[in-house]
Amino acid sequence: MTLRAASTFFYRRPYWYLALLLVPPLLWFGTVYLGSLFALLAQSFYRIDDFTAQVVREPTLATYKQLVTQPANVDIVVRTLVMAITVTLACAVIALPIATYMARYASGRMKALFYVGVMLPMWTSYLVKVYAWRLLLAKEGIIAWVNAKLGLTGLLEAALATPGIGGPSLSSSYIGMFIVFVYMWLPFMILPMAAALERVPGSLLQASADLGARPSQTFRNVVLPLAVPGIAAGSVFTFSLTLGDYIIPSVVGAPGYFIGMMVYVQQGTAGNIPLAAAFSVVPIVLIFVYLSIARRFGAFDAL
Amino acid sequence: MTAAIEFRGVSRVFGDVRAVDDVSFAIEPGEFFEMLGPSGSGKTSCLRLVAGFDSPDGGQVLLDGEDVSSVPPYDRNVNTVFQDYALFPHMTVLENVAYGPRVRGVDASTRAQRAREMLDLVQLGLQGERRPAQLSGGQRQRVALARALINQPKVLLLDEPLGALDLKLREEMQIELKGLQRRLGITFVYVTHDQGEALSMADRVAVFNKGKLEQLAAPRELYTRPATAFVARFVGGANVADATLAQSISGTAQPFAIRAENIAVVPESAAAPATGISAAGVVVAVQYHGAASRWQVKLDAGDVWSALITEEDSRALNGLAVGTRVKLSWPREAAVTLQS
Repeated sequence: MTLRAASTFFYRRPYWYLALLLVPPLLWFGTVYLGSLFALLAQSFYRIDDFTAQVVREPTLATYKQLVTQPANVDIVVRTLVMAITVTLACAVIALPIATYMARYASGRMKALFYVGVMLPMWTSYLVKVYAWRLLLAKEGIIAWVNAKLGLTGLLEAALATPGIGGPSLSSSYIGMFIVFVYMWLPFMILPMAAALERVPGSLLQASADLGARPSQTFRNVVLPLAVPGIAAGSVFTFSLTLGDYIIPSVVGAPGYFIGMMVYVQQGTAGNIPLAAAFSVVPIVLIFVYLSIARRFGAFDAL
Repeated sequence: MTAAIEFRGVSRVFGDVRAVDDVSFAIEPGEFFEMLGPSGSGKTSCLRLVAGFDSPDGGQVLLDGEDVSSVPPYDRNVNTVFQDYALFPHMTVLENVAYGPRVRGVDASTRAQRAREMLDLVQLGLQGERRPAQLSGGQRQRVALARALINQPKVLLLDEPLGALDLKLREEMQIELKGLQRRLGITFVYVTHDQGEALSMADRVAVFNKGKLEQLAAPRELYTRPATAFVARFVGGANVADATLAQSISGTAQPFAIRAENIAVVPESAAAPATGISAAGVVVAVQYHGAASRWQVKLDAGDVWSALITEEDSRALNGLAVGTRVKLSWPREAAVTLQS
C-alpha cells in the first residue's frame, strides 16, 4: 500500500521523480569528482617554498610562471601535444576504413566478430599489453626479427636513426611509443566512428551515386562529413588519453618526460603538488582549445 | 521507337527467394509507368535494377536500347526520388539540389543558378538556405524531386514517394506530379503499393506478385478486365471464384471475378433474375460507408464475398440483419473470366 502510494506520488510529480533519479549521481559527480578536480586546480595556484619544500598556501601565479618559462617544462608540454596530435591523426586514418567496413558492409557474424575484435583488447590488463609491446618492440623482439627476415633491417635502422624520433631500438624510441599509443587508443576511435556511420542511412549513399557521384566523391561529400561527429568524439578520447597517460611513456620509448609522468613524479617523489596540479591543468586547457577548434570547423553541426 | 527501359527475362535472386522472376516488359519514352504490388512483390527490386543499385542475376536491363546491366548508377542517365527522400542532412536545401551538377564538375555559380530554378519549379524558391531537418514532409519531398530532376534525366524513378505524406497532401502531390511529368515530357517510373495511386496517375500499370509480372495494362483495363485472380483482388478488390466455386455457381470450372459494386443483395425468397447468376449465403457483416454499404456474405461454399450496395438499395433491404440468408446476384456479363 505504501509502495503504491509512493508510486502515485512520483507519477503525479515528474520533477520529484527526476530528482530521485538524478540527485545521487549528481552528488557523487559534484562532490567526489568535480570537487576533487577543483581542489586539485586550486593547488596549482599555490607555490612551493624552495628552501623548506613546504607548500605555501597563498594564491599566486608563480607555479604557472615556472611551468611556462622553464624550457624543460615547455618541452614536456610540446612533446606530449605533438604525440597526442600524431596519435589522434594516425588513429583516425586507421580507424576510418575499419569503422566503414563494420558499419556499412559487415553483417551478422562478421559484424559481431569485428565488434568483439575491436573491444577484446580492452578486456585485457593495460599493463600486460604495455609490457607485451615492450617485448615485441625490443631490439631482439619479433618485429626486429621479422624485419631482418624480410631484409628490411636497413629500413628500420634508418627510421631509428632519424633524429628526434629515433633511438637505439623501437622499444626505446618515440616511434615505438607512438605505435603503442595508437594500438591502445584505436578502439576508442573505431567505436564512436562506427556508431556515427551506422546512423547514416544507406539511401544517402545510393542518392549520391544516383546523382552522378563516383564512390570517391560519395566518400568525400557524404560519408566523411557524416562521420565527422564520430571522429570528433573518438579524437577527444585519443587526444585526452595520450595527454594524460604516464604508463606508456615510462615503459616504452625514449627517456623524455610527458605531462602525465610529470604529474606523477611531481606529486609523488618530488612532493611539488602545486606544479603537478599546474601540469594537470594543461591537458584540460588543450582539450578545451581542441574542442573549440573542432566546433569552429563544424564538427558538431550534425549532432 | 526505342523503349526508354526494357526488361528482357530479368531475374534477381536473394538466397532462395526469387525477388524478380523472369520479368520482361518495355516502357515507352514519356510514359507515366507504375509498378504496383504488395511489399515483397519485386516492384522495388525492379526499380533498383533500373537505377543501378543492383544487378540482375539473369536477363538484361536496357536503357534506351543499351544493355546497362554492368553500368554503375553514377553513369546512368536516370535519377531517383527515394522513399525516405534521402536528403543530405549536412547540406542546405540549395546544396542538396545542386549536388548532381556539383559532382559532375559544374562551376559553383552555374549550379546554384540551376538549383534555384529547380526549387522554383517545385515551388520552394525561398527555402534554399534551410536545412532538410527544418522542412515539413511535403517540402522535403519537393526538394528530393528538384534534386532528382536537376540532372535532366531521361527517366525519373519514384520509389513510393508519397508514402510518408498524409492523405490530403498525397492527393495534391499526385496531381502535381502528373502535371510535372506532362510538362517535362520525361519518363516516370513510379513504384507504389497503393492501387488508387496507380489507377489515378499511370498511363500503364505493371502489377507484380511474388517476383512475377502478373499483368501490364492501362488502368481502366486493369480494373475492368483483370487477367488473374491476384490482379482482380489487389486492384479491383473484386470477389474471385476459383474453379471449384465457379463450377458450383455457373456450372463451368472457369474461374471468374466479379466486382463488389456489380453485385446485388436480394432476399433468399426472391426469384433469380432472368439474365443473371446468383449464389446463396449468410450475411456476416454490414459496414456503413455513407454513400454505400459493404455487405459481407459468407457463401454456402465457404468463401466470404462482399457486395457494395448504394445507400438507397441498402435502405430497401432493411430488416436483413446479420445472420439472415440472402442471395447475391449479378448480370452474367459483369463476370470477368480469369486465367485458370
